[in-house]
Amino acid sequence: MTRKRRRLYAVLAGLVMLGIAAALVLTALRDSVVFFYSPSDLAGKPLAAGQRIRIGGLVAAGSVAKSPDGVATRFTVTDMKADIPVSYSGILPDLFREGQGVVVEGRLEPGGAFQASEVLAKHDENYMPPEVADALKRAGRWKHADEQPAK
Amino acid sequence: MIAELGHFALILALCVAVAQAILPLAGASRRDAGWMAAGSSAAVVQLLLIAAAFAALTHAFVTSDFSVKLVAENSHSLKPLIYKISGVWGNHEGSMLLWVLILALFGALIALFGGNLPPTLRARVLSVQAMIGAGFLAFILATSNPFARLFPPPADGNDLNPLLQDPGLAFHPPVLYAGYVGFSIAFSFAVAALIEGRVDAAWARWVRPWTLLAWSFLTAGIALGSWWAYYELGWGGFWYWDPVENASFMPWLVGTALLHSAVVVERRDALKSWTILLAILTFSLSLIGTFLVRSGVLTSVHAFATDPGRGVFILALLVIAIGGSLALYAWRAPQLKGGGLFAPLSREGALLLNNLILATAAATVFIGTLYPLVLEAAGGGKVSVGPPYYNATFVPLMAPLVAAMAVGPMLAWKRGDLSGALGRLKFAAATALAALAAASALTWGRPVLGAIAMGAAAWIAVGVFAELAGRIRLGDLPLGQSLARARGMPRSAWGMTLAHLGLAGIIAGAAGAALWSEEKIIAMRPGQTVDLAGYSLLFEGAESRNGPNYTSVHGVFAVSRNRTPVTKLEPEKRRYVVGGQETTEAAIRTTAAGDLYAVIGDAQKDGGYVVRIYYKPLVAWIWAGAAVMVLGGLMSLSDRRLRIGAPARRERDLAPDAAPAE
Repeated sequence: MTRKRRRLYAVLAGLVMLGIAAALVLTALRDSVVFFYSPSDLAGKPLAAGQRIRIGGLVAAGSVAKSPDGVATRFTVTDMKADIPVSYSGILPDLFREGQGVVVEGRLEPGGAFQASEVLAKHDENYMPPEVADALKRAGRWKHADEQPAK
Repeated sequence: MIAELGHFALILALCVAVAQAILPLAGASRRDAGWMAAGSSAAVVQLLLIAAAFAALTHAFVTSDFSVKLVAENSHSLKPLIYKISGVWGNHEGSMLLWVLILALFGALIALFGGNLPPTLRARVLSVQAMIGAGFLAFILATSNPFARLFPPPADGNDLNPLLQDPGLAFHPPVLYAGYVGFSIAFSFAVAALIEGRVDAAWARWVRPWTLLAWSFLTAGIALGSWWAYYELGWGGFWYWDPVENASFMPWLVGTALLHSAVVVERRDALKSWTILLAILTFSLSLIGTFLVRSGVLTSVHAFATDPGRGVFILALLVIAIGGSLALYAWRAPQLKGGGLFAPLSREGALLLNNLILATAAATVFIGTLYPLVLEAAGGGKVSVGPPYYNATFVPLMAPLVAAMAVGPMLAWKRGDLSGALGRLKFAAATALAALAAASALTWGRPVLGAIAMGAAAWIAVGVFAELAGRIRLGDLPLGQSLARARGMPRSAWGMTLAHLGLAGIIAGAAGAALWSEEKIIAMRPGQTVDLAGYSLLFEGAESRNGPNYTSVHGVFAVSRNRTPVTKLEPEKRRYVVGGQETTEAAIRTTAAGDLYAVIGDAQKDGGYVVRIYYKPLVAWIWAGAAVMVLGGLMSLSDRRLRIGAPARRERDLAPDAAPAE
């Protein structure tokens, strides 16, 4: 086996591998990437129900209601311009509060309500998820004083 | 005063690093022994200066000197001593200081133990190492001075993020950094070899121990981080494919490839320019990881820095280091002479396959990690790339690697005998099929991938033993002679055996915990019982307790199985007094078969509590597998052939192995 030949094999194997990887990556990116929307985005252009998405905003004050068994929760995510009702079953993150920023992942139901499968935990009480901060900025509801996220 | 001394030591360290970057390099090209030797002394002095700065910062934390801004923001006088110390690196400035400290430590180790290196190579390695150090020291001094004062000093500090007040996390950053930064040595060696224009088996023999050391630390660091996430975040997950996790996983993947390709350079003098490229890429990915984590482009518990100036500075360092080394590679690599030839079906061929797969897998992780950033920068909206992406790309790519892993070590160098190797793996194949069948029968109706993973784990594990048995000729020779052969086996062969076995454990554990886990989330009142996975948990009640710097709700569950009491699980929900943050302290009962994991949540109006109970099968195998893997790395490191500071190269060692097999 000559050196050229060996190199050819190695390069071919590499190309095959990259081809497979590229095919996998492209399909996966098409199918499993989750897009982020703010409540106003959804109010503006309704999405097909059933698609897996993330929404972010503030938990509207006074909107959190627990079911009698204490496990299911309903609340409203708002960016002060539009609201989305969210239902979630499970333990909420430690820092879930009314009036605080939140990101939820799940599916839109036919009636326009949102069934969350995940409520994303924040790591500290001053921290605002950047998606939420952006969504609020776009809705023109961002207070500059909050713009210093703590460490 | 001590803080100012620390700051001053850091400035001096930068000056020394600049001198160390220039003098030995110039000395090596002028063949000036004095200038080259200056590099070694400079490396030691640089280490001492940075260590002094680090000690000064540690002193400020331990004595709770709140006139230092960093201490005031990240510490508290009531905090236990261990977290005062770990608080030194639990923030951006301090962690960057730790980064350069470890970098300087590795540089000094080269200076002290590199006596057997050719002087020009050692001088150039130290010079490249110092260039990296100078870049990061300048970064710290320009954008993130850890010694900045605060006036007037506050009465007490802001406390450390309570999630970080945990023994697992106290050690995670130093260990992880030792891995990340340790790859700088491989990088410096690669760049120095490109400058020298020479790569040979001896070069690989010098690089391999450093790579092994870095790899072992990185493996341990990733495992510690994963373990921490498992028990501290309260969600029972051990790997989230979070960008920050990926940032450490990418250098691990490429570093693992480097470890394997360096073997080929060492034994067969082949794959030289590929190995150099891998060495550059591994450290480049470490740098990219540092950038991703430290620049604030990602938000997570790790993203301390939100100052865009810092991000731009690190990005500039990144472009210079990666762009410069790759340009040098493009210019000099074609001059490296190719070495030994080999057939596609050979040990070299198998190692090359390993490299291709690991590099491709790292590329898919890279794309998944950076895609959201790139898409957002291009105005394509905000997306998140989560576990489904990685399950659809990374997992299928790794499948052929797992299949080939048992076969590769059985192939001879140069030209292997595939059918012979497969013949010796009959038993492994049968065991794998049996494991697959047993696992599918036991978990009927659950994801079939879990059963496949058990088969894969059995395939690797039994394949490893088949290879070991063949090596010591178990069965061919009397048992005593076989055992004597096992004792005489090189440590690096044991290292491989252990590391591969560890991977089998990780595969089994990860699949079991991710695919077969059971969970229940319910509201419970004292006296109620919940059943999960054969266990019965009686909620005895909850009470308030006080810790040193927190208050907590402390729940008690009496766990029984078939009416026999097993244990008590006592989960807590803590509220840290100073910052008001809450953390979840899960209670976990670990057995080899699986973990029972309990979390207590919010109190209900009726006196009940929301609780979350998980059963995570085989999860302990992940950490055990990682530990065995690290042990394999260290075992390999202790091989006489690779010992750091081993006798200088001998011509006999240099000749490529003429024998077809070891």
